[in-house]
Amino acid sequence: MTIALSQFDEVRLDRVSRDFGALNALRDVSLTIRRGEFIALLGPSGCGKSTTLNCIAGLLPVTGGAIWLDKSRVDTLRPEERGFGMVFQNYALFPHLNVRQNIGFGLKMRGRPRAEIDRKVDEALSLVRLQGQEHKLPGQLSGGQQQRVAIARAIVIEPPLVLMDEPLSNLDAKLRLEMRAEIRRIHNELGATTIYVTHDQDEALSLADRIVVLRDGAVRQVGSPKELYETPAHFDVADFMGFRNKLKGQVVAVEGSRAVLDVEGARISGIVQERVTPGAVAYAAIRPDDLVVGDGGRNAIAATVDTIEYRGREFVGTAHSAGGLDFVFRSHQQVEPGSTVHLQADDERVLVFAEPVQGRH
Amino acid sequence: MDVLAHAPAVEQGPSLRQRLAAKGFDAVTLLVVPAAVFSLLLFVYPFAFGFVLSFEPKGGGEWLSNYRRFFSDPFLYETIAKTLWLAIPVTLLNLLLAIPIAFRVRLMRHQRLLTTILVLPITLGTVLVAEGLLNYLGPQGWFNRTLMTLGLISQPLKLVHNYWGVFASLLITGFPFTFLLTLSYVTGIDPALEQAAATLGASAWQRFRHVYLPLLMPGLAITFCLSFVQAFSVFPSAVLLGEPAGPTRVISIAAAQAAFEEYDYSMGAAIAMIMGVVQLAIVVAVLASRGLFYRGPASGAKG
Repeated sequence: MTIALSQFDEVRLDRVSRDFGALNALRDVSLTIRRGEFIALLGPSGCGKSTTLNCIAGLLPVTGGAIWLDKSRVDTLRPEERGFGMVFQNYALFPHLNVRQNIGFGLKMRGRPRAEIDRKVDEALSLVRLQGQEHKLPGQLSGGQQQRVAIARAIVIEPPLVLMDEPLSNLDAKLRLEMRAEIRRIHNELGATTIYVTHDQDEALSLADRIVVLRDGAVRQVGSPKELYETPAHFDVADFMGFRNKLKGQVVAVEGSRAVLDVEGARISGIVQERVTPGAVAYAAIRPDDLVVGDGGRNAIAATVDTIEYRGREFVGTAHSAGGLDFVFRSHQQVEPGSTVHLQADDERVLVFAEPVQGRH
Repeated sequence: MDVLAHAPAVEQGPSLRQRLAAKGFDAVTLLVVPAAVFSLLLFVYPFAFGFVLSFEPKGGGEWLSNYRRFFSDPFLYETIAKTLWLAIPVTLLNLLLAIPIAFRVRLMRHQRLLTTILVLPITLGTVLVAEGLLNYLGPQGWFNRTLMTLGLISQPLKLVHNYWGVFASLLITGFPFTFLLTLSYVTGIDPALEQAAATLGASAWQRFRHVYLPLLMPGLAITFCLSFVQAFSVFPSAVLLGEPAGPTRVISIAAAQAAFEEYDYSMGAAIAMIMGVVQLAIVVAVLASRGLFYRGPASGAKG
């Protein structure tokens, strides 16, 4: 393998801000990315994840803070001087150039000798498994092939950092899974430091070494996929990570890492993720997988079934409580819509969060 | 087997209407009729009439004599070169001006205001522009007086009633059209392509040279043709601002003189035909060269 990526130790975002007029698209985003890491920037649309990526690439100037590549400051450089490889959401392949010319574009612009360009493009073609397609124009390729060209074009310049902006969002579900595996394979082969923007938590969980959850232009939580999946630090992160049952209640007691909530008269106990005080309003968050139809013992709440869907191994249903809370739950047996059931969750699987502050965080 | 035996045989193919529709001919096609009649009456008929007329010389004689006369009289055949000498530089200069301005305007927020200002010369018409230029560029005009006040020149520059007067007028009246067409082609190119080129290390000039220019070429060729045809048929400004007997005796003046001063409609028609052939030759040459360039969607993604 002669595609050797430039060596460096870390990319550091130091209180990076970006304003659009009065709107702060990014506020004091600080983040350190180590060599070889695969970082996912995750968040709902409008959270600032693409803005962050564009600021790193140099396509958007930052309005505050600095970006460092080891000891050199890069946020003052133009994009062509930074040399980061970028994969665009719509691929942005040059429509008038064939696959080979597209991939070789960056090397040609750098004035590399013809022989070197040919050799590196050949390698990149085999890395993304596009041999035999090199004389086609982008318009003659399928979406997945275009995606491979875009990736090859970004990595052939041997960038210190590869930036990917929702690269899979234009593909259909099956191809998305295939390309996800491809991206992982290419990352494993090259070890390219990658920043990957996505709004899809599955993608982030399966690809990334570390996930950065953004919201309203600020970093909410940074952690491994496991940390984020199991112990989200804030209510909105939990919401985004698939804790679809959000039970609003009042804190009855706090004992160490546990808290008991009064939710519509039912006692729900769980693990405290954010400091709560007795008497305050708090939320218990539970994944649909962990909320099951039980016999009404501990940690149970009564609800009326609205819908029930057969999912092969089990049933997934929706229900509502007398007080208007909505639930998504799992069941091993068929339950009739309209019937009343006791939905139950293990204490360990219930996370307790303080009431989120309204507006921007 | 029984089931198959009882299935009704499909003997009749699709109906005539379906077959016509499959070839792209349906009721909607009939909406073309008014436009077809219109162009037949107002374009094809006069053209055919003029074409035939040009072969029926006024003074009798051989059928090609009008054309022979045109190409043997320098006063007549030189009008082709004189017109081209005006139309081609003006069109090229307009394009060269329009491209950088379009690149700048594409990023502007108040695009519409600027576009409106630029379109004004079209709506004013050539005569008004010619009048304005006569005042502005004339010996006693603002332009010369300013230059003299500043001490840059001692005598007024001769800027009207010659080649440069017509040149300036064609530039002003032609620019908005060239610019608007160019702008639409420039904004039609996906900005992500330029960003991609930048992240790949291409400088601003390289991005223009290797990404924008190849994608723009077909559009620029069309813009050139349309602007050229407009400039080639220059008449009012060549008379008002130029030297209609000298360097700006363009081909349309020759045609007008033949038809309306010598009352030789046949000769006028012949000159008009020659004018058309010259325009057509240039347009065909330019459009044919488009084949050398990529022609397809100027976007980085599959549609």
